[in-house]
Amino acid sequence: MAISNAKTGFLAAALAVSMVGVGFAAVPLYRIFCQVTGFGGTTMRVDAAQAATVAPTNKTIVIRFDANHRGDLPWDFKPERPTDTVTIGAKDMSIFLAKNLSGEVVTGTATFNVTPELAGKYFNKIQCFCFTEQSLKPGQQVRMPVLYYVDPKIMTDPETKDIEEITLSYTFYPVEKPIIVDQTANGG
Amino acid sequence: MTTIAATGTDLHAHDHHDADHKPGFFARWFMSTNHKDIGTLYLIFAIFAGIVGGAISGLMRLELAAPGIQYLQGWASMMAGKEASLDEAYHMWNVLITAHGLIMVFFMVMPAIIGGFGNWFVPLMIGAPDMAFPRMNNISFWLTVVAFIMLLGSSFVPGGTGLGAGTGWTVYAPLSTSGSVGPAVDMAIFSLHLAGAASILGAINFITTIFNMRAPGMTLHKMPLFVWSVLVTAFLLLLALPVLAAAITMLLVDRNFGGAFFDAAGGGDPVLYQHLFWFFGHPEVYIMILPGFGIISQIVATFSRKPVFGYLGMAYAMVAIGVVGFVVWAHHMFTTGMSVDMKMYFTAATMVIAVPTGIKIFSWIATMWGGSVSFKTPMVWAMGFIFMFTVGGVTGVVLANGGLDDNLHDTYYVVAHFHYVLSLGAVFSLFAGFYYWFGKMSGRQLNEFLGHLHFWIFFIGVNVLFFPMHFLGNSGMPRRYPDYPEAFAYWNGVASIGYAIMAVGVLIFFVNVIWSLVAGRRAEDNYWGEGATTLEWTLTSPPPYHQFETLPVIK
Repeated sequence: MAISNAKTGFLAAALAVSMVGVGFAAVPLYRIFCQVTGFGGTTMRVDAAQAATVAPTNKTIVIRFDANHRGDLPWDFKPERPTDTVTIGAKDMSIFLAKNLSGEVVTGTATFNVTPELAGKYFNKIQCFCFTEQSLKPGQQVRMPVLYYVDPKIMTDPETKDIEEITLSYTFYPVEKPIIVDQTANGG
Repeated sequence: MTTIAATGTDLHAHDHHDADHKPGFFARWFMSTNHKDIGTLYLIFAIFAGIVGGAISGLMRLELAAPGIQYLQGWASMMAGKEASLDEAYHMWNVLITAHGLIMVFFMVMPAIIGGFGNWFVPLMIGAPDMAFPRMNNISFWLTVVAFIMLLGSSFVPGGTGLGAGTGWTVYAPLSTSGSVGPAVDMAIFSLHLAGAASILGAINFITTIFNMRAPGMTLHKMPLFVWSVLVTAFLLLLALPVLAAAITMLLVDRNFGGAFFDAAGGGDPVLYQHLFWFFGHPEVYIMILPGFGIISQIVATFSRKPVFGYLGMAYAMVAIGVVGFVVWAHHMFTTGMSVDMKMYFTAATMVIAVPTGIKIFSWIATMWGGSVSFKTPMVWAMGFIFMFTVGGVTGVVLANGGLDDNLHDTYYVVAHFHYVLSLGAVFSLFAGFYYWFGKMSGRQLNEFLGHLHFWIFFIGVNVLFFPMHFLGNSGMPRRYPDYPEAFAYWNGVASIGYAIMAVGVLIFFVNVIWSLVAGRRAEDNYWGEGATTLEWTLTSPPPYHQFETLPVIK
């Protein structure tokens, strides 16, 4: 016998254990994959310097704004204007309004994406309130700006050149510390 | 050992060298390290689990026989011990479909085809005295039993809207996390952990046995195709199951420890769970069918009295199916929002699998072609398998189209497809193997007439049961619902009648098994004659408790 049973068995077990590692490694890899490719409507983050290199074009696109919050977050959350027609390549600012309707301090955090999901990689945000915790005092209202532009490459990509309307959607969730999966919430 | 050997009786036992000396009942069946006994235990376990899973599908066909909710609320009340609400009744439905899926996949097909036939015949076919790690083999079996008890137990504890885990066999988040409060889903997940661990240990055992313990002269390219199929399956298990283990561990963290792997509120993504699940789930369907391919290859060659056509092509077709099976998973997720390019890739890659599968179907037919075919029970089951699996394969190619799947996703068309490849594919190969090897395993032959009767009734039953589901799916009936509009009533009624016919077939099977065990014809060493050329036919029926003490030499 060239190789002992123990050795073969050990190698096979090592393969299984490494696949457990691959399973867990998929979590950060998937996140990076979404950020790089815009998969699932993940928008792009750019800094001001990058944004300065883009020139406005003569074509416009309609941006719709959608605001949601989970049912157990006592906020009123809405965009200042439901739609905006922007020039592709030009920077634009839109405002979301959030108001705490309850009698106590409430903290929320937002997730976001765009549809059609394919537009994600051309929707560049220079500044936004993604994943930052926002605490509101009782009755307090804040204006939350999103500074963004639509990359002119959207007009040349065969998968996205027909897109005439992009919806930017934000959803606010309550932040509880320690975070516990809320058993009563059924979506907002 | 030295102290024991010093006593007179033990010296005698050592001198005796009886290959057929068996330990006492408890030691033999509860602490078994013998691959044939463990194989038998697996088969008995799988038959029991199959009865449970089959009975659950009977409940489902009863409820689906007519539109409206007839029995569900009563069953839910019975389970809860109090009057159940309609929502609890719907939850009961989810529990039934979950249990049916998990039981049939993890506790019927896998234990029977890998644990049962794999344990019994891989060592015999390669000329090995036993498996490489006999004690680990025992652990694998009993872990599977505990896992099964855990899953059944989950039906009696709260799982959200009612008792039991109602997540579907896919356990998708967020239904399985924030959507299902209570210990039932935790128990079901833990059951999957245990069953997965058992299968991984089993896979390690098979790989080591096949690589290291082949008899002299038994090169990889001389191995019987069933052994090849188990080898490929073992690698699939080793690569796929740990990913499932990781995914469902993350579910547990999300459920119990405030994690947010799949929770959008914490920056996670529920779609990631689907990717992880199907990275396991797609190879899993090949795990269930590949050993069946192996069994069918043995049987078709035996009863055509010819070596299998294109042996190497057959072996490497299975390897190809296994490899490509790992890069097609997202065809289960066409509707989660994918770019056209991604859909194109997953459509094309999925269709590529039809090529090696086609090679196998072609080679089985080519083996029969010009052969001296005898239509014994195993052979009719094998031919039934080839026919039915091809039907399921064809609908699989239809579903592989990302564009069409947008329409057919989660309809009864999908249900029809995977029951044709599994319930008529894998199960037919199980019955074929059972009729083929029962005499070898038990020493008594199954009755040929009852076997044929079982085949024809079962064959008609499952086709009446599953073929109408294509029509239902094409007209848009979604799966996983206990109720449907009047328009779907006719074919649902037909399908339920098909279930009843199939159940009669299964009854005949049990009559046959019991009758044969008591009064069946004694099986000689090689009862199938000259076509049966693999090593297990050189042994007695049943084989001695320890075989191949002097290793056979393959020329």
